[in-house]
Amino acid sequence: MKFKVNNKEVFASTGGRPFDKSKPLIIFIHGSGLSHITWVLQTRYFAFHGYSVLAIDLPGHGYSEGPALESIEDQGKWISDVIDSMDMKEASLVGHSQGCLVVLECASQFPDKIRSIGLMGGAGAIPMNPELLELAENGDPKAVDLMMDWAHGPAGHFGGHPVPGLHHMNLGGSIVVNGSVKNALGVDFRACDNYKNGFEAAKKIKCPAINILGDRDRMCPVKAGKKLAENIENSEVEIIENCGHMILLEEAGQSLEILKKFIRKNHPA
Amino acid sequence: MDPKTYKFDTLSLHAGYMPSKNAGSRQVPIYQTTSYMFDDVDHAAALFNLERGGHIYSRISNPTVQVLEERVAALEGGTAALATASGMSAIFLTIMTLCNAGDHVVVSSQLYGGTVNLFRLTLPKFGIKATFVKPRDTEGFKKAIQDNTKCIYGELVGNPGNELMNLPEISKIAHNAGIPVIIDSTYQTPYLFKPLEHGADFVVHSLTKWMAGHGSSMAGILVEGGTFDFMKTDKFPTMTEPYEGYHGLSFAEEFGPVAFTMKARAEGMRDMGPCLSPQNAWNVLQGIETLSVRMEKHCSNALKMVEYLSNHESVAWVSHASLKDNPDYELAKQLLPKGTGSMIAFGIKGGKEAGAAFIDNVKLASHLANVGDTRTLVIHPASATHSQMDEATLKLANMSHDMIRLSVGIEDIEDIINDFEDGFRAAKKPRLVANK
Repeated sequence: MKFKVNNKEVFASTGGRPFDKSKPLIIFIHGSGLSHITWVLQTRYFAFHGYSVLAIDLPGHGYSEGPALESIEDQGKWISDVIDSMDMKEASLVGHSQGCLVVLECASQFPDKIRSIGLMGGAGAIPMNPELLELAENGDPKAVDLMMDWAHGPAGHFGGHPVPGLHHMNLGGSIVVNGSVKNALGVDFRACDNYKNGFEAAKKIKCPAINILGDRDRMCPVKAGKKLAENIENSEVEIIENCGHMILLEEAGQSLEILKKFIRKNHPA
Repeated sequence: MDPKTYKFDTLSLHAGYMPSKNAGSRQVPIYQTTSYMFDDVDHAAALFNLERGGHIYSRISNPTVQVLEERVAALEGGTAALATASGMSAIFLTIMTLCNAGDHVVVSSQLYGGTVNLFRLTLPKFGIKATFVKPRDTEGFKKAIQDNTKCIYGELVGNPGNELMNLPEISKIAHNAGIPVIIDSTYQTPYLFKPLEHGADFVVHSLTKWMAGHGSSMAGILVEGGTFDFMKTDKFPTMTEPYEGYHGLSFAEEFGPVAFTMKARAEGMRDMGPCLSPQNAWNVLQGIETLSVRMEKHCSNALKMVEYLSNHESVAWVSHASLKDNPDYELAKQLLPKGTGSMIAFGIKGGKEAGAAFIDNVKLASHLANVGDTRTLVIHPASATHSQMDEATLKLANMSHDMIRLSVGIEDIEDIINDFEDGFRAAKKPRLVANK
């Protein structure tokens, strides 16, 4: 579905169902350089079970008009603008990786609009490896290879995608490469590296929160995820075994089950 | 700082499979089952509606077949793969997923004979027409594109004439026209050539051949590159518009770089059902484990055979892109640095009769309708694999009646050469053979 936010065209997947304002809204926010595609194994379920879903492409990503927003604070504000432009009063937010930072920022800036937050691989800060950051900002596709290597746990490296026939790392890499390594991934990495407000934002969040973590996550390790959760008043943590940072795909079934239980309880359809 | 992702030989052995998820079994288990238990009604509904991944019925997917699919996707650098009962069913499934009645495809004229007939005779019955272009005629591909053209299809090294397509240039032509390129890479395997790295958007294989190597099992596969964005063109409404068969699903919107494979599986395997048996998938996996070492030997033996044939008094001509006087020599050096493959076409002096005598008198080389076996294979295409083609089509494919197609195996090269000597000796006495 395409719509306008701040006079710019935005694309969001609605999970295969027409957008329906009468249903509770869940907004899914992707990670660095990625797009709405990463959420397909969560969004379709919620869309067919009583929710309106927007798996958005952040500005400058996927099919959304650019340029990419340069700070996490701006991205958090932009999510609030998405809710307004859909003429909705509130939403639950689900983020992955950088998307978690965006969720923290939005939920802390606009507490009245956010019913609950689901984080996958969420940390209070995502400092970037300087070499990786430089590669991405220079548009070097090696940055994508490194990102895919670090982001995936054993299932990503060996195989066993939840959807028969799909290849974890090549799919993830193609989403990033089909966008812009320099103008999306590079901007995102810089935004993550610059963002220092995660823990302060977390302390302001009062709505129910869950942080779903992979015990083999090398990008947002369990320790970092737990530290974030400790700073959110009403939060819980779920840890998935043998799972890397791409929780939403590597263990799509388990992460969906956890999310279903959490959202149904805190933002019922 | 370099990524520590697994490389080709490691992927050939390990990609797609984790013992820890299969009772610790080091070898891939053969899931000889038709169907899979659902957790509950909600789980079943979610699987049928593509809300979550998993297996329903082995016509659509199977855990053993899935390992093969992920392994080939890993080796080709693809985002997804879909295995089928044979290479031909992979081609048919690909075209039927991409095209509708009234559509047109541009096709290389040098293809396996069965593929030629599919495009020439069978697909027109479904309203899909083809224009054939000689593989070396790069501009010809451009000229053949019409408003309703939906893809360019070809084999990098044509069967049986061994002429090369300039894939990087032809891909640019296709993409400028907003259409994808499909390459049958059976002859090369990803060991020699990865079409997705040179502009192709989809790859098909007959896995029956070099990928398996053992000549025991039929199998095919479609691999998606994740490079062709259906959302950026209005040429493929069945990919981008709501599909009635899945509650209004837009495959391209929901699945992006794997949309085509998802549609081919969800629609094609559901409705046409050319599924690969788990036993055959397992057999092919055994072959892929040794792909690199076999391909090295295939290629080194092929080079020795090219030299032997080129200097043989009974041979009129040899076609192999490793030869310096071959028109494709420079292109092959660029695209196929690890080797130009183990298929050789040559003409035998004495024409059709001599060819028949040669084939009837080799003992080690097997006379059969296959290529890419570990054993050396020979055939006379005009009377076998391409016999259903008329004279005009044979001419377009640059096929002559003296042509022998040789698939060089991995036997000791001296034994292959000794066997050929027997064949050539007999070929000099065609009358004796005719009376046999």
